[in-house]
Amino acid sequence: MALTEIAEDRARTQTRVRWELLRNLIRKDLKVKYQGSALGFLWSLANPLLLLVVYTFVFQLVLRSGIPAFGFYLLSGLLVWNAFAGAVGAATGAVVGNAGLVKKVRFPLVVLPLTPVGFTAVHFLLQLLVLVVVMLATGYTHLLSPHLLLAVPALGVAMLFTVALCFLVSALNVRYRDTQHIVEIALMAGFWINPIVYSVALVREHLHGGWLYDLYYLNPMAGVVTAMQSALYGQNPTLPGGQGALADPGYLFYLERLGIGGLISGALLLLGMRVYARLSADFAEEL
Amino acid sequence: MDRSIAIRADGVSKRFAVHTRKATSLKERLVARRHADERPFYALTDVTLAIEAGHTVGLIGANGSGKSTLLKVLAGILRPTTGTVDARGRIASLLELGAGFNGELSGRENVYLNASLLGLTRRETDRLFDSIVDFAELGESIDNPVKHYSSGMYVRLGFAVAVHVDPDILLVDEVLAVGDEAFARKCLGQISQFQTEGRTILFVSHALDLVETICDRGVVLDHGSVIYDGDPAYATGTLRGLLGTDRNPADDAGTPGLTIGGITVAGEAGEPARDEFVGGDPMAVRIVLDVREDVVGSCHELAAVVMGAGGLPVWVMRVTPDGGLPRLPGRWTVDFVTECPPVHGGFRIAVRVADAAGTTIGAAQGGQTFWVRTGKQGGLVDVPFQVKAEGVEW
Repeated sequence: MALTEIAEDRARTQTRVRWELLRNLIRKDLKVKYQGSALGFLWSLANPLLLLVVYTFVFQLVLRSGIPAFGFYLLSGLLVWNAFAGAVGAATGAVVGNAGLVKKVRFPLVVLPLTPVGFTAVHFLLQLLVLVVVMLATGYTHLLSPHLLLAVPALGVAMLFTVALCFLVSALNVRYRDTQHIVEIALMAGFWINPIVYSVALVREHLHGGWLYDLYYLNPMAGVVTAMQSALYGQNPTLPGGQGALADPGYLFYLERLGIGGLISGALLLLGMRVYARLSADFAEEL
Repeated sequence: MDRSIAIRADGVSKRFAVHTRKATSLKERLVARRHADERPFYALTDVTLAIEAGHTVGLIGANGSGKSTLLKVLAGILRPTTGTVDARGRIASLLELGAGFNGELSGRENVYLNASLLGLTRRETDRLFDSIVDFAELGESIDNPVKHYSSGMYVRLGFAVAVHVDPDILLVDEVLAVGDEAFARKCLGQISQFQTEGRTILFVSHALDLVETICDRGVVLDHGSVIYDGDPAYATGTLRGLLGTDRNPADDAGTPGLTIGGITVAGEAGEPARDEFVGGDPMAVRIVLDVREDVVGSCHELAAVVMGAGGLPVWVMRVTPDGGLPRLPGRWTVDFVTECPPVHGGFRIAVRVADAAGTTIGAAQGGQTFWVRTGKQGGLVDVPFQVKAEGVEW
């Protein structure tokens, strides 16, 4: 083997080792979480189902949001938001919580903020599966339309944005422990800023659909959530105010917003990786 | 980098910012301004160290001398403030056995997790798994959660995984002190196997006897600087001198009437002190003491004890009044003139004055360690011998 081949081979091995390490850490977190509980994994599936029942009751019968099949509408946006918020929240403590390891073992530190991403991604996909099964079982046919394909770019952008923020917050929290409090508040605010429990039509109406409304979509999760609603919820009922519940009945609108969100997320990812690379050299010292 | 060097530190310094109050929150940083309450502390100052492949080096020093920091810098866990570190080959650092174990998971799961942290692929771990379990002597317990392990099982498993990583360079930080004797023997067995396989080992330990036994080089750190680098016996001697553990506090007891003023080791009586000898050199040990009239009568014996590593008395020289010890009060100068024996190591001298009943009435220790080098045979004592050998053709 030529020297360059050996070097390439070594680099490949190293990359494989990193992916395996990441997979092992995710598996460890999953195992630890469900160790000793009889129903184990089912619990994380029960959670969205319970939400479905409660929110349907509250928003459809008590508050009368005017959105039919409100539970499905809600979960279309909520599952992806929960995955995002769960990953970012957990990533905040990913380095700090592994202080013992960081200070005693040399390993590729880059896996630490990625572990919560993988962990929540696994949960998200299973919850999504349950939602789809329930939708089909209850005869909710709006799901089965070409709009469903919007889920692919939406989840791509969500993943990009999540990873970017996870790098940033996990590194910053080592030096500035305020980060965890800021993240907590920001995630809480984000839950209400994004059109998850209400229709984006309300936002459009208040911002008169102008440049402020465009500004609103600079938040990548707004594009992700509305696209997921179009993909899964799939229908665009007319609300009492005369507007459609979805952001847009077509495709182009979402693809544009997701494109912008993707660019922003990509830029954030570059920033996050740089910050992480720079700060991680001193993690062992600062913890 | 020279091919024979496995790991090298070049002018490595490590500065830690010591916060008088732990200011890690944003508000405190903003309020306290930059570095207002930071006081830099150098854990390492300009450390240069090159370790040749295949050597076993003992890194010793008092607590807080920077040993662990140096090990972490060499392992790549800490970034040096200035200077560079180069290493050739796979490094395994045993800074803490079983770091990264999760109590909820079984031993088996932890082995895979730990191995992948240390850089092994799943396939490699599969291949090594039986050998790891074997080495750790866990048997069936490998499938129990690690939280139910005894501390011995825990460290055995941690050590087993670490040594199976197949390191070219092994950095060990005082981990051998945790298990029982059987474990310690096993670890040492593994280390000597690594030695015969030509791997490089850097070994931090407070067990100085162990350093003398297994290392072929000793490095002494003091306040972040290398103060000695060379023969392990000299290294431990230097450290013992530094720590003052070569003194027996009881030896400094005595009566007010008797003061031991000075102990000098020189080539000839009356010459200035000398601290290096070769076996066979002339040597004179001069002891100066002040004796008051009231204790003169009870001075029955003066003994100079030459102590080696660990306070071991290597040889003793005594004198009584009948042998020439003065009988007058005043300042005595006693010279023991001898030939330096061919015993390798660092030595100090203790002086004891006893009465007829053998009770110590005055004692002191020489401040300076002196070294004795022997011939080229190696070993503690150079013994002259003759060789007779013959061969018969088959």
